[in-house]
Amino acid sequence: MSGKPKIIIKDLNLHFGKQHVLRNVTANIPEKQITVILGPSGCGKTTLLKTMNRLTDLYPNVKLDGSIHIGNDDILHTKKDITEIRRHMGLLSQRPYPLPMNIFNNVAYGLRISGRKSKKYLKPRVKHYLEMANLWEEVKDRLHDSASSLSIGQQQRLCLARGLSVDPDIILADEPTSALDPLSSEVIENKFVELKSQYTIVMVTHSLQQARRIADYVIFMYLGEIIEQGPAKEFFNTPKQDLTKKYIKGLFN
Amino acid sequence: MKKSKLRNAEELFFRGVMIISSSVIGLALFLILWSIIKRGLPALSWDMLTQTPKGGFYFGKEGGIANAIVGSLYLASGATLLAMILGIPVSLYMNVNLHKRKKLVNSIRFLLDVMWGIPSIVYGAFGFTFMIYFGMHSSLLAGILTVTLFIIPIMIRSIDEVLMSVPKGLMEASYSLGSTQSETSYKVFLRQCISGVTTAVLLSFGRAIGDAASVLFTTGYTDHMPTSLTQPTATLPLAIFFQMSSPIAEVKERAYASALILTVLILFISIIARIISTRYQKHKIKI
Repeated sequence: MSGKPKIIIKDLNLHFGKQHVLRNVTANIPEKQITVILGPSGCGKTTLLKTMNRLTDLYPNVKLDGSIHIGNDDILHTKKDITEIRRHMGLLSQRPYPLPMNIFNNVAYGLRISGRKSKKYLKPRVKHYLEMANLWEEVKDRLHDSASSLSIGQQQRLCLARGLSVDPDIILADEPTSALDPLSSEVIENKFVELKSQYTIVMVTHSLQQARRIADYVIFMYLGEIIEQGPAKEFFNTPKQDLTKKYIKGLFN
Repeated sequence: MKKSKLRNAEELFFRGVMIISSSVIGLALFLILWSIIKRGLPALSWDMLTQTPKGGFYFGKEGGIANAIVGSLYLASGATLLAMILGIPVSLYMNVNLHKRKKLVNSIRFLLDVMWGIPSIVYGAFGFTFMIYFGMHSSLLAGILTVTLFIIPIMIRSIDEVLMSVPKGLMEASYSLGSTQSETSYKVFLRQCISGVTTAVLLSFGRAIGDAASVLFTTGYTDHMPTSLTQPTATLPLAIFFQMSSPIAEVKERAYASALILTVLILFISIIARIISTRYQKHKIKI
């Protein structure tokens, strides 16, 4: 285990109705590193990510056991307001979902709902976050255009800026580059590497290459279970499980 | 070879059916408009629009139906406004707060669809019994309440239908920024569906202004300009009805003129609503 753990997942089990989706998941996600959750489609990696900010609440018939500690809170059993907890995490989804408003308001939204509404405060903040997401130069003259007028790669960066604007400690990303062209993907990847000095990043991917490029810590899942986890170097160079070896060699299925 | 011939014939047949049914609908619309315009336009005058019925109006003498125009606008706007105030939160609640309870929401949808199907005369009769119970006279207020009741299922279900198409990812995006359910409802879902809301308002307004049966007992009729919520009020559909049932030819012609006014009014409101909706639709996220 390298680095201090930021998210501590213990004996996590999740059922969708009768379907047992996550089985005894236990993992420590290190602080200020990029943790990649790797695995073939349908192995439960997205579901695991969504339990971390309790988006699983939005699905019917979900049964969750175990615990996820972030800081001092077990977010699965906390009495704290879940919206408060979600504010400490940014989310990037598989394809970007900008909010139905203009570019400026997309970034300002998170700040506004947490009570910071003055234009004087918002303007420099919005600029700052758009710069952080490498988008400012492209949109500075069209801040009042609709977010849906941006290209999909730009939209994903807008979503990143929006996610950063609520000042999270954690960035959750669910295959954030799967809908993007190679160039936009690279921008997002580089940005993640840059951002990890300030944020704990958890990214789901099914791309081995991507995991090799940016991961510090890897969690490999198969059929709802964690098969192997460890620092990226160890994971890729000296995998311990047969299943992992096969997956890394691309011999899966 | 044989098979492809059969497929071609099938294609031809359905295309024929499509063309025929579209033309029938188009023709019907055209004939309705044509008969209203042909018979109504000559009888239409400035007086029709600006005067209330004078002494001899129902015998073909001077006067107009300004009272019914104003009354109908009051009635339909009032009812549409009330239905919006009640309907928008209900449809948002169904799609955001009750998001997980599919069965419950589907039963609500079923009940609303049944309510949509109830003939307006039934709402009229229901409103009437209610009025008697409370000792109310027929009045603009009673009419507004009754019409609200009968356009509310239309309002809720048409908004609901567009809210259903909001992608789950947008909901997750909103929550993951730390929005509450009501912020998700009013700042995200409602904005995404603004054009659907406009359509719903339009549909409801059209039904409200065009319905005669529900206002027959509840709103009553009068020859005066409406000035108070508690007074009986004239409406266009009833104005058409009363004039149409007159044996005097000139009065009958005026019924067509009134129908023309009603049609143009609805057309006018549709156009305004479309303009508003395209103005606000530009931020909609395309999926």
